[in-house]
Amino acid sequence: MSKSRKLAATALLAALLAAPALAGKAGLGREALPEEVAAWDIDVRPDGAGLPPGKGSVKDGEQLYLQQCASCHGEFGEGAGRWPVLVGGQGSLKSEGPEKTIGSFWPYASTTFDYIKRAMPYGNARSLSDDDVYAITAFLLNQNGLVKDDFVLTKENFSKVKLPNEQAFYDDDREKAERHFWQKDPCMKNCKPDAKVIGRARMIDVTPEDGKSIKVE
Amino acid sequence: MEQDPHFRKSRRGFLGGLGATAAGLTLAQADSARAQAKPDPAITEIQDWNRYLGDGVAANPYGKPSKFERHVVRRDVEWLTASRESSVNFTPLHALDGIITPNGLCFERHHGGAPEIDPSKHRLMINGLVDKPLVFTMDDLKRFPGRINKVFFLECAANGGMEWKGAQLNGCQFSHGMVHNVMYTGIPLKVLLDEAGVKTNGKWVMPEGADSSAMTRSIPIEKAMQDCLVVWGMNGEALRQEQGYPLRIVVPGWEGNMWVKWLRRIEVGDQPWHHREETSKYTDLLADGRSRRFTWIMDAKSVVTSPSPQAPLKFKGPNVLSGLAWSGRGTIQRVDVTIDGGKNWQTARLDGPVLPLSLTRFYVDFDWDGREMLIQSRAMDDTGYVQPTKDELRKVRGLNSIYHNNGIQTWLVRSNGETENVEIS
Repeated sequence: MSKSRKLAATALLAALLAAPALAGKAGLGREALPEEVAAWDIDVRPDGAGLPPGKGSVKDGEQLYLQQCASCHGEFGEGAGRWPVLVGGQGSLKSEGPEKTIGSFWPYASTTFDYIKRAMPYGNARSLSDDDVYAITAFLLNQNGLVKDDFVLTKENFSKVKLPNEQAFYDDDREKAERHFWQKDPCMKNCKPDAKVIGRARMIDVTPEDGKSIKVE
Repeated sequence: MEQDPHFRKSRRGFLGGLGATAAGLTLAQADSARAQAKPDPAITEIQDWNRYLGDGVAANPYGKPSKFERHVVRRDVEWLTASRESSVNFTPLHALDGIITPNGLCFERHHGGAPEIDPSKHRLMINGLVDKPLVFTMDDLKRFPGRINKVFFLECAANGGMEWKGAQLNGCQFSHGMVHNVMYTGIPLKVLLDEAGVKTNGKWVMPEGADSSAMTRSIPIEKAMQDCLVVWGMNGEALRQEQGYPLRIVVPGWEGNMWVKWLRRIEVGDQPWHHREETSKYTDLLADGRSRRFTWIMDAKSVVTSPSPQAPLKFKGPNVLSGLAWSGRGTIQRVDVTIDGGKNWQTARLDGPVLPLSLTRFYVDFDWDGREMLIQSRAMDDTGYVQPTKDELRKVRGLNSIYHNNGIQTWLVRSNGETENVEIS
């Protein structure tokens, strides 16, 4: 093979090897089947997108909640130990000990449905039927004083349920509200009066034993 | 720059004659070698390791740290969470150096435990607003052109969350240890999204985990296309189980909760999903009762890792102050250090790679005369952001924010070298 023909062949080979990348697609993977998408695509949005067909009553939800949820979240959603509190807390968000529950804090009811369906009960996820999830969600809304005792939650009426704290959320505004943290020349000398110690972690004494400071003495 | 005479560079200390250093009551002599009266048995006696054969090459097919380093481990704080499967442990920052976190020491945060996933049964699905929903095996992913390696820090948004109301945990492992820095191997998320073909109304993506919490977060499409990665490797080897084996998403500079582990699906949508981890959690409750949401970026932050409560000063004379700085907005440009609680500052020396969205190592070599010190560090990034004091943060956000506490940390170093977590005026 002449030198120029060899070069041309090399160039052709390079073009062939590079062809898929040039086309923008690798051609890897395969098309997902509708059954496969349905098996995993269970997410629900505030506008109701993703909700499965089904319904559940506050009454049925109470029974299910007591069986499936109360051991961690408490019989009344008050939370056992350090498990999340789900009920109450209205009016507490400005206090020293805010209670961030479905009724006091969460912006959307869909979050409750989505999370129960994907991850609850803890340690036995995906074991509840869609009707079970509707019922438990209905019960939690009822416990938070948002729906009546005879309420039945359905795919159709879901997005009509509004949570009271929805309007209290706003998008990250740090670049505006904390603009003063951007400064050209931070102070280097005589920036403040002598500093005094006003708080010590040691006084609270909650550091795990193993992590306690190694004494020099 | 004029320096605090008690905090000058050790070079000057040496030149000034270190032999005069006086030993404190509880501190070892700085120049013990010079004062040695008798020969050192570590030198004069033949040690076992010098006489007898060491371990053969088959002893440790996967090597471990020396047994003398066995205290360098992740630790948890049991009272923090309800169960250890939905919990967190902390990177031992005080015992590490450089910028890369060893794989076995990267802090863990799980919401339903760390699953053990058979990679041959792991799939990644891309669906939603795409031209063609796709399924990939791990083998498929590793055949994609355009594989890259990138170093990024990952910080939990709740790192330091226990410290909002005041100094609480005595050790930078606990106050700052929900951060790690890793070189990842994988492919840009954009490559996979392009393979599926994102529709013009696809504005958000939602990564989802295969674990029992099926973790989900909403990420704007611009970020997904800009620098997010889908990775299977960390620091040259496969992801560790607790870091998402066999696959995770990397969301550079943004809060760790978004870096979904055990990644099995990415859905493309036209709106955010407002799921649990972006509504009831990982939103920032402010003093007026309102809350910021979508606070994804981790602001510039730094901490002195040595000295710190778990790494007290043991010697007068030459010492190395060391720490870490990072910013989710860009590259660390400068770190200042004070020993008098913020009255006077000097600029630290950055060493090792200074990379965007990565931990950056800083040092101050100094002579310590045994005086009490209030040590702080202050990071600045290339956007001009200066790490605020805790009080400056509280002024804007109140005490109930939990997340995004990047306030300046104070360590009190006592005259005996003991170091504690304090708050100062």
